[in-house]
Amino acid sequence: MLEPEDRIRFEQLVLPHLDSAANLARWMLRNRADSEDVVQEATLRAFRFVGRFHGGDARAWLLQIVRNTCYTWLGKNRPAELMTEFDEDVHQLPAANPETLASQADERQRLMLALESLPPRFREVLVLRELEGCSYKEIGEITGIPIGTVMSTLSRARERLRQTLTVATAKEAF
Amino acid sequence: MSCELAQTTIHGYFDGELDAVRSAEFERHLERCAECQSTLASIESLHTRIQQSNIYEQASPDLRNRIRKQIKQAAGRTSATPESSRIKWFLAPTFGALAAAAAVITIMFFVVQPRTQSARITAELIDAHVRSLQPGHLMDVQSTDQHTVKPWFDGKLDFIPPVSDYSEQGFPLVGGRRTWLTGTIRRHWFIPAASTSSTFSSGLTARRNSTLTIRVHAKATTGFHGKPAKCVFA
Repeated sequence: MLEPEDRIRFEQLVLPHLDSAANLARWMLRNRADSEDVVQEATLRAFRFVGRFHGGDARAWLLQIVRNTCYTWLGKNRPAELMTEFDEDVHQLPAANPETLASQADERQRLMLALESLPPRFREVLVLRELEGCSYKEIGEITGIPIGTVMSTLSRARERLRQTLTVATAKEAF
Repeated sequence: MSCELAQTTIHGYFDGELDAVRSAEFERHLERCAECQSTLASIESLHTRIQQSNIYEQASPDLRNRIRKQIKQAAGRTSATPESSRIKWFLAPTFGALAAAAAVITIMFFVVQPRTQSARITAELIDAHVRSLQPGHLMDVQSTDQHTVKPWFDGKLDFIPPVSDYSEQGFPLVGGRRTWLTGTIRRHWFIPAASTSSTFSSGLTARRNSTLTIRVHAKATTGFHGKPAKCVFA
Protein backbone atom coordinates (compact mmCIF):
# COMPACT_ATOMS: atom_id res chain seq x y z
CA MET A 1 0.00 0.00 0.00
CA LEU A 2 1.43 3.31 -1.02
CA GLU A 3 1.48 6.11 1.47
CA PRO A 4 1.88 9.78 0.57
CA GLU A 5 5.29 9.58 2.24
CA ASP A 6 6.26 7.10 -0.43
CA ARG A 7 5.98 9.70 -3.11
CA ILE A 8 8.20 12.07 -1.17
CA ARG A 9 10.68 9.28 -0.56
CA PHE A 10 10.59 8.39 -4.22
CA GLU A 11 11.33 11.97 -5.18
CA GLN A 12 14.19 12.11 -2.73
CA LEU A 13 15.66 8.70 -3.46
CA VAL A 14 15.03 7.98 -7.09
CA LEU A 15 14.80 11.24 -9.01
CA PRO A 16 18.38 12.33 -8.24
CA HIS A 17 19.64 9.15 -9.92
CA LEU A 18 17.67 9.28 -13.14
CA ASP A 19 20.77 10.08 -15.18
CA SER A 20 22.49 6.99 -13.83
CA ALA A 21 19.43 4.90 -14.61
CA ALA A 22 19.15 6.28 -18.13
CA ASN A 23 22.84 5.76 -18.80
CA LEU A 24 22.90 2.16 -17.62
CA ALA A 25 19.77 1.23 -19.57
CA ARG A 26 21.01 3.00 -22.68
CA TRP A 27 24.18 0.91 -22.65
CA MET A 28 22.45 -2.32 -21.73
CA LEU A 29 19.92 -2.03 -24.55
CA ARG A 30 22.12 -0.10 -27.00
CA ASN A 31 19.21 2.01 -28.04
CA ARG A 32 17.74 5.13 -26.56
CA ALA A 33 14.05 4.63 -27.32
CA ASP A 34 13.92 1.13 -25.84
CA SER A 35 16.00 2.16 -22.87
CA GLU A 36 13.65 5.03 -22.02
CA ASP A 37 10.70 2.63 -21.95
CA VAL A 38 12.65 0.33 -19.68
CA VAL A 39 13.71 3.14 -17.35
CA GLN A 40 10.11 4.24 -17.13
CA GLU A 41 9.05 0.73 -16.20
CA ALA A 42 11.90 0.38 -13.72
CA THR A 43 11.11 3.65 -11.97
CA LEU A 44 7.50 2.59 -11.63
CA ARG A 45 8.71 -0.59 -9.95
CA ALA A 46 11.01 1.44 -7.75
CA PHE A 47 8.04 3.58 -6.79
CA ARG A 48 6.02 0.52 -5.80
CA PHE A 49 8.90 -0.92 -3.77
CA VAL A 50 10.05 2.34 -2.23
CA GLY A 51 8.45 1.45 1.08
CA ARG A 52 10.73 -1.57 1.26
CA PHE A 53 13.89 0.45 0.86
CA HIS A 54 15.41 0.78 4.27
CA GLY A 55 18.29 3.14 3.82
CA GLY A 56 21.64 2.54 2.22
CA ASP A 57 22.79 3.30 -1.26
CA ALA A 58 19.78 4.60 -3.20
CA ARG A 59 21.63 4.74 -6.50
CA ALA A 60 22.70 1.10 -6.23
CA TRP A 61 19.17 0.13 -5.25
CA LEU A 62 17.68 1.90 -8.27
CA LEU A 63 20.33 0.63 -10.66
CA GLN A 64 19.70 -2.91 -9.48
CA ILE A 65 16.05 -2.55 -10.44
CA VAL A 66 16.97 -0.95 -13.77
CA ARG A 67 19.47 -3.67 -14.52
CA ASN A 68 17.00 -6.45 -13.77
CA THR A 69 14.33 -4.76 -15.83
CA CYS A 70 16.81 -4.54 -18.72
CA TYR A 71 17.55 -8.26 -18.55
CA THR A 72 13.88 -9.12 -18.42
CA TRP A 73 13.27 -6.90 -21.43
CA LEU A 74 16.19 -8.43 -23.34
CA GLY A 75 14.99 -11.94 -22.53
CA LYS A 76 11.60 -11.11 -23.94
CA ASN A 77 12.59 -9.02 -26.95
CA ARG A 78 16.11 -10.00 -27.94
CA PRO A 79 16.89 -13.36 -26.35
CA ALA A 80 19.77 -13.96 -28.76
CA GLU A 81 21.78 -11.21 -27.16
CA LEU A 82 21.79 -12.98 -23.84
CA MET A 83 23.13 -16.15 -25.42
CA THR A 84 26.54 -14.59 -25.90
CA GLU A 85 26.98 -14.84 -22.17
CA PHE A 86 27.37 -18.57 -22.37
CA ASP A 87 29.81 -18.97 -25.21
CA GLU A 88 31.89 -15.85 -24.94
CA ASP A 89 35.07 -17.83 -24.39
CA VAL A 90 34.41 -20.28 -27.18
CA HIS A 91 33.52 -17.76 -29.83
CA GLN A 92 35.51 -14.67 -30.50
CA LEU A 93 32.35 -12.61 -30.70
CA PRO A 94 33.02 -9.95 -33.28
CA ALA A 95 29.55 -8.49 -32.83
CA ALA A 96 30.94 -5.20 -34.01
CA ASN A 97 32.39 -5.64 -37.43
CA PRO A 98 36.00 -4.44 -37.21
CA GLU A 99 35.67 -2.76 -40.55
CA THR A 100 32.63 -0.84 -39.49
CA LEU A 101 34.56 0.12 -36.40
CA ALA A 102 37.63 1.16 -38.28
CA SER A 103 35.70 3.31 -40.67
CA GLN A 104 34.47 5.40 -37.78
CA ALA A 105 36.80 8.31 -37.93
CA ASP A 106 35.14 9.68 -34.89
CA GLU A 107 36.76 8.46 -31.69
CA ARG A 108 33.56 8.74 -29.71
CA GLN A 109 31.61 6.72 -32.24
CA ARG A 110 34.32 4.08 -32.32
CA LEU A 111 34.31 3.70 -28.57
CA MET A 112 30.53 3.46 -28.52
CA LEU A 113 30.52 0.71 -31.11
CA ALA A 114 33.30 -1.18 -29.35
CA LEU A 115 31.46 -1.01 -26.04
CA GLU A 116 28.22 -2.11 -27.66
CA SER A 117 29.95 -5.12 -29.17
CA LEU A 118 30.75 -6.58 -25.75
CA PRO A 119 28.48 -9.15 -24.08
CA PRO A 120 26.00 -7.52 -21.69
CA ARG A 121 27.78 -8.93 -18.65
CA PHE A 122 31.01 -7.15 -19.60
CA ARG A 123 29.25 -4.04 -20.76
CA GLU A 124 27.44 -3.56 -17.48
CA VAL A 125 30.54 -3.72 -15.30
CA LEU A 126 32.38 -1.31 -17.57
CA VAL A 127 29.53 1.15 -17.58
CA LEU A 128 29.13 0.93 -13.82
CA ARG A 129 32.83 1.30 -13.13
CA GLU A 130 34.07 3.65 -15.83
CA LEU A 131 31.03 5.83 -16.42
CA GLU A 132 29.21 5.61 -13.14
CA GLY A 133 32.25 5.38 -10.85
CA CYS A 134 30.72 2.58 -8.75
CA SER A 135 32.81 0.74 -6.18
CA TYR A 136 33.23 -3.02 -6.49
CA LYS A 137 30.79 -3.45 -3.63
CA GLU A 138 28.17 -1.41 -5.46
CA ILE A 139 28.82 -3.27 -8.71
CA GLY A 140 28.29 -6.53 -6.81
CA GLU A 141 25.06 -5.24 -5.33
CA ILE A 142 23.71 -4.02 -8.65
CA THR A 143 24.68 -6.96 -10.83
CA GLY A 144 24.52 -9.81 -8.36
CA ILE A 145 28.09 -10.76 -9.29
CA PRO A 146 29.81 -12.06 -6.14
CA ILE A 147 32.10 -9.34 -4.83
CA GLY A 148 35.11 -11.63 -5.21
CA THR A 149 34.40 -11.97 -8.92
CA VAL A 150 33.84 -8.30 -9.74
CA MET A 151 37.55 -7.63 -10.12
CA SER A 152 38.17 -10.52 -12.53
CA THR A 153 35.04 -9.73 -14.54
CA LEU A 154 36.15 -6.15 -14.86
CA SER A 155 39.61 -7.30 -15.84
CA ARG A 156 38.24 -9.45 -18.66
CA ALA A 157 35.84 -6.74 -19.76
CA ARG A 158 38.58 -4.13 -20.00
CA GLU A 159 40.83 -6.52 -21.86
CA ARG A 160 38.07 -7.30 -24.33
CA LEU A 161 37.31 -3.64 -24.91
CA ARG A 162 40.99 -2.86 -25.36
CA GLN A 163 41.34 -5.67 -27.92
CA THR A 164 38.28 -4.55 -29.85
CA LEU A 165 39.60 -1.02 -30.02
CA THR A 166 43.08 -2.20 -31.03
CA VAL A 167 41.70 -4.28 -33.89
CA ALA A 168 39.72 -1.29 -35.04
CA THR A 169 42.70 1.03 -34.92
CA ALA A 170 44.95 -1.49 -36.68
CA LYS A 171 42.43 -1.88 -39.48
CA GLU A 172 42.28 1.83 -39.85
CA ALA A 173 46.04 2.01 -40.39
CA PHE A 174 45.76 0.11 -43.68
CA MET B 1 56.07 -15.15 -19.43
CA SER B 2 52.97 -13.79 -17.87
CA CYS B 3 52.54 -12.08 -14.55
CA GLU B 4 49.58 -13.33 -12.59
CA LEU B 5 49.10 -10.02 -10.79
CA ALA B 6 48.81 -8.23 -14.12
CA GLN B 7 45.67 -10.24 -14.79
CA THR B 8 43.40 -9.15 -11.99
CA THR B 9 45.02 -7.62 -8.91
CA ILE B 10 46.21 -4.70 -10.98
CA HIS B 11 42.60 -3.71 -11.63
CA GLY B 12 41.84 -3.64 -7.92
CA TYR B 13 44.90 -1.46 -7.51
CA PHE B 14 43.91 0.88 -10.30
CA ASP B 15 40.38 1.20 -8.95
CA GLY B 16 41.60 1.82 -5.41
CA GLU B 17 39.90 -1.34 -4.17
CA LEU B 18 42.88 -3.06 -2.52
CA ASP B 19 43.42 -2.68 1.20
CA ALA B 20 46.50 -0.80 2.34
CA VAL B 21 48.63 -3.89 2.83
CA ARG B 22 47.88 -5.48 -0.52
CA SER B 23 48.20 -2.17 -2.22
CA ALA B 24 51.66 -1.55 -0.75
CA GLU B 25 52.69 -5.09 -1.70
CA PHE B 26 51.52 -4.53 -5.22
CA GLU B 27 53.38 -1.24 -5.48
CA ARG B 28 56.59 -2.97 -4.48
CA HIS B 29 55.94 -5.56 -7.15
CA LEU B 30 55.04 -2.91 -9.70
CA GLU B 31 58.45 -1.28 -9.41
CA ARG B 32 60.09 -4.46 -10.63
CA CYS B 33 57.54 -5.86 -13.06
CA ALA B 34 57.64 -4.47 -16.58
CA GLU B 35 54.51 -6.34 -17.57
CA CYS B 36 52.47 -4.81 -14.77
CA GLN B 37 53.82 -1.37 -15.59
CA SER B 38 52.71 -1.63 -19.18
CA THR B 39 49.36 -3.17 -18.22
CA LEU B 40 48.73 -0.36 -15.77
CA ALA B 41 49.53 2.20 -18.44
CA SER B 42 47.09 0.56 -20.80
CA ILE B 43 44.31 0.42 -18.18
CA GLU B 44 44.89 4.09 -17.50
CA SER B 45 44.85 5.02 -21.13
CA LEU B 46 41.60 3.13 -21.70
CA HIS B 47 40.13 4.87 -18.67
CA THR B 48 41.18 8.28 -19.99
CA ARG B 49 39.83 7.47 -23.40
CA ILE B 50 36.43 6.58 -21.97
CA GLN B 51 36.37 9.65 -19.73
CA GLN B 52 37.20 11.97 -22.58
CA SER B 53 34.81 10.45 -25.06
CA ASN B 54 31.76 11.96 -23.48
CA ILE B 55 29.58 8.91 -23.99
CA TYR B 56 27.56 9.25 -20.81
CA GLU B 57 23.86 9.38 -21.67
CA GLN B 58 21.79 11.55 -19.41
CA ALA B 59 18.07 11.21 -18.88
CA SER B 60 16.29 13.30 -21.49
CA PRO B 61 13.83 15.99 -20.36
CA ASP B 62 11.14 13.97 -22.09
CA LEU B 63 11.93 10.88 -20.02
CA ARG B 64 11.91 12.92 -16.82
CA ASN B 65 8.49 14.30 -17.68
CA ARG B 66 7.12 10.89 -18.51
CA ILE B 67 8.31 9.53 -15.18
CA ARG B 68 6.88 12.42 -13.19
CA LYS B 69 3.57 12.07 -14.94
CA GLN B 70 3.50 8.35 -14.40
CA ILE B 71 4.25 8.65 -10.69
CA LYS B 72 1.58 11.27 -10.30
CA GLN B 73 -0.93 8.91 -11.84
CA ALA B 74 0.23 5.92 -9.83
CA ALA B 75 0.14 7.93 -6.61
CA GLY B 76 -3.30 9.28 -7.50
CA ARG B 77 -4.67 5.80 -7.94
CA THR B 78 -3.48 4.51 -4.60
CA SER B 79 -4.02 7.50 -2.39
CA ALA B 80 -6.44 10.38 -2.31
CA THR B 81 -4.74 12.07 0.63
CA PRO B 82 -3.73 15.61 -0.17
CA GLU B 83 0.00 15.78 0.06
CA SER B 84 0.64 19.49 0.21
CA SER B 85 0.42 19.68 3.99
CA ARG B 86 2.90 16.85 4.32
CA ILE B 87 5.32 18.42 1.92
CA LYS B 88 5.14 21.66 3.82
CA TRP B 89 5.90 19.79 6.97
CA PHE B 90 8.79 18.14 5.29
CA LEU B 91 10.19 21.43 4.06
CA ALA B 92 9.95 23.27 7.30
CA PRO B 93 13.30 23.20 9.07
CA THR B 94 14.66 26.41 10.52
CA PHE B 95 15.65 29.13 8.14
CA GLY B 96 19.34 28.77 8.89
CA ALA B 97 19.39 25.08 8.22
CA LEU B 98 17.40 25.58 5.07
CA ALA B 99 19.80 28.19 3.79
CA ALA B 100 22.69 25.90 4.56
CA ALA B 101 21.00 23.02 2.81
CA ALA B 102 20.31 25.20 -0.20
CA ALA B 103 23.92 26.27 -0.31
CA VAL B 104 25.21 22.74 -0.11
CA ILE B 105 22.76 21.40 -2.62
CA THR B 106 23.57 24.17 -5.04
CA ILE B 107 27.25 23.43 -4.78
CA MET B 108 26.64 19.74 -5.21
CA PHE B 109 24.46 20.40 -8.17
CA PHE B 110 27.15 22.31 -9.96
CA VAL B 111 29.96 20.03 -9.03
CA VAL B 112 28.35 16.65 -9.22
CA GLN B 113 26.05 17.18 -12.11
CA PRO B 114 28.46 17.84 -14.96
CA ARG B 115 30.11 14.45 -14.94
CA THR B 116 29.77 11.26 -13.04
CA GLN B 117 33.32 10.04 -13.29
CA SER B 118 34.08 11.25 -9.85
CA ALA B 119 30.68 12.08 -8.49
CA ARG B 120 31.32 10.20 -5.32
CA ILE B 121 34.71 11.73 -4.71
CA THR B 122 33.31 15.13 -5.43
CA ALA B 123 30.47 14.59 -3.01
CA GLU B 124 32.97 13.58 -0.36
CA LEU B 125 35.09 16.56 -1.19
CA ILE B 126 32.14 18.85 -0.70
CA ASP B 127 31.20 17.09 2.52
CA ALA B 128 34.72 17.57 3.76
CA HIS B 129 34.67 21.21 2.81
CA VAL B 130 31.36 21.85 4.47
CA ARG B 131 32.72 20.21 7.61
CA SER B 132 35.78 22.40 7.35
CA LEU B 133 33.66 25.54 7.33
CA GLN B 134 32.95 25.03 11.00
CA PRO B 135 35.02 27.60 12.87
CA GLY B 136 38.67 26.72 13.11
CA HIS B 137 38.53 23.83 10.63
CA LEU B 138 39.24 25.59 7.37
CA MET B 139 42.97 25.39 7.19
CA ASP B 140 45.87 23.47 8.62
CA VAL B 141 48.41 25.88 7.25
CA GLN B 142 47.52 29.49 6.65
CA SER B 143 49.65 31.32 4.14
CA THR B 144 49.32 33.02 0.79
CA ASP B 145 52.78 31.83 -0.16
CA GLN B 146 53.03 28.67 -2.26
CA HIS B 147 56.48 28.09 -0.86
CA THR B 148 55.12 27.95 2.66
CA VAL B 149 52.10 25.83 1.88
CA LYS B 150 53.94 23.23 -0.16
CA PRO B 151 56.66 22.33 2.37
CA TRP B 152 53.99 21.98 5.03
CA PHE B 153 52.92 18.75 3.37
CA ASP B 154 56.42 17.30 3.75
CA GLY B 155 56.30 14.14 5.77
CA LYS B 156 52.52 14.26 5.96
CA LEU B 157 51.99 12.71 2.56
CA ASP B 158 54.05 10.19 0.69
CA PHE B 159 54.21 12.35 -2.39
CA ILE B 160 54.56 16.04 -3.15
CA PRO B 161 51.33 17.77 -4.14
CA PRO B 162 51.55 20.54 -6.71
CA VAL B 163 50.51 23.75 -5.01
CA SER B 164 49.39 26.35 -7.52
CA ASP B 165 48.20 29.87 -7.09
CA TYR B 166 44.98 30.59 -8.94
CA SER B 167 44.85 34.28 -8.01
CA GLU B 168 44.46 35.29 -11.61
CA GLN B 169 41.34 33.20 -11.90
CA GLY B 170 39.98 34.85 -8.80
CA PHE B 171 40.94 32.14 -6.33
CA PRO B 172 43.85 33.45 -4.30
CA LEU B 173 45.72 30.91 -2.26
CA VAL B 174 45.23 31.30 1.44
CA GLY B 175 46.38 28.01 2.81
CA GLY B 176 46.22 24.26 2.82
CA ARG B 177 44.44 21.45 4.51
CA ARG B 178 44.73 17.71 4.51
CA THR B 179 41.56 15.77 3.89
CA TRP B 180 41.02 12.05 3.80
CA LEU B 181 38.55 10.61 1.43
CA THR B 182 37.28 7.11 1.84
CA GLY B 183 36.14 6.53 -1.71
CA THR B 184 37.73 4.42 -4.33
CA ILE B 185 40.88 6.43 -4.47
CA ARG B 186 43.34 6.20 -1.70
CA ARG B 187 45.71 9.07 -1.36
CA HIS B 188 44.65 12.64 -1.50
CA TRP B 189 45.64 16.08 -0.84
CA PHE B 190 43.40 19.01 -0.72
CA ILE B 191 44.37 22.62 -0.87
CA PRO B 192 41.69 25.15 -0.27
CA ALA B 193 42.45 28.67 -1.31
CA ALA B 194 40.06 30.95 0.40
CA SER B 195 39.67 34.65 0.09
CA THR B 196 37.82 36.62 2.74
CA SER B 197 34.53 35.44 1.28
CA SER B 198 35.79 31.92 1.73
CA THR B 199 36.28 31.12 -1.86
CA PHE B 200 38.09 27.88 -2.07
CA SER B 201 39.76 25.95 -4.72
CA SER B 202 41.11 22.53 -4.31
CA GLY B 203 43.20 20.17 -6.23
CA LEU B 204 42.88 16.49 -5.85
CA THR B 205 45.36 14.06 -7.24
CA ALA B 206 44.33 10.50 -7.21
CA ARG B 207 47.56 8.68 -7.41
CA ARG B 208 51.06 9.33 -8.49
CA ASN B 209 51.39 8.58 -12.17
CA SER B 210 47.68 8.45 -12.51
CA THR B 211 45.95 10.43 -15.18
CA LEU B 212 43.02 11.33 -13.01
CA THR B 213 43.24 14.86 -11.73
CA ILE B 214 40.33 16.72 -10.37
CA ARG B 215 40.39 20.39 -9.72
CA VAL B 216 37.50 22.13 -8.10
CA HIS B 217 37.20 25.85 -7.88
CA ALA B 218 34.29 26.91 -5.87
CA LYS B 219 32.96 29.89 -4.12
CA ALA B 220 31.44 28.41 -1.05
CA THR B 221 29.46 30.10 1.61
CA THR B 222 30.70 30.79 5.05
CA GLY B 223 28.14 30.09 7.65
CA PHE B 224 24.59 30.14 6.50
CA HIS B 225 24.19 33.59 5.03
CA GLY B 226 26.36 33.85 1.97
CA LYS B 227 25.13 33.16 -1.49
CA PRO B 228 26.51 30.16 -3.31
CA ALA B 229 28.20 30.99 -6.57
CA LYS B 230 29.62 28.91 -9.33
CA CYS B 231 31.74 25.82 -9.10
CA VAL B 232 33.97 24.96 -12.01
CA PHE B 233 34.69 21.35 -12.48
CA ALA B 234 37.79 20.87 -14.56
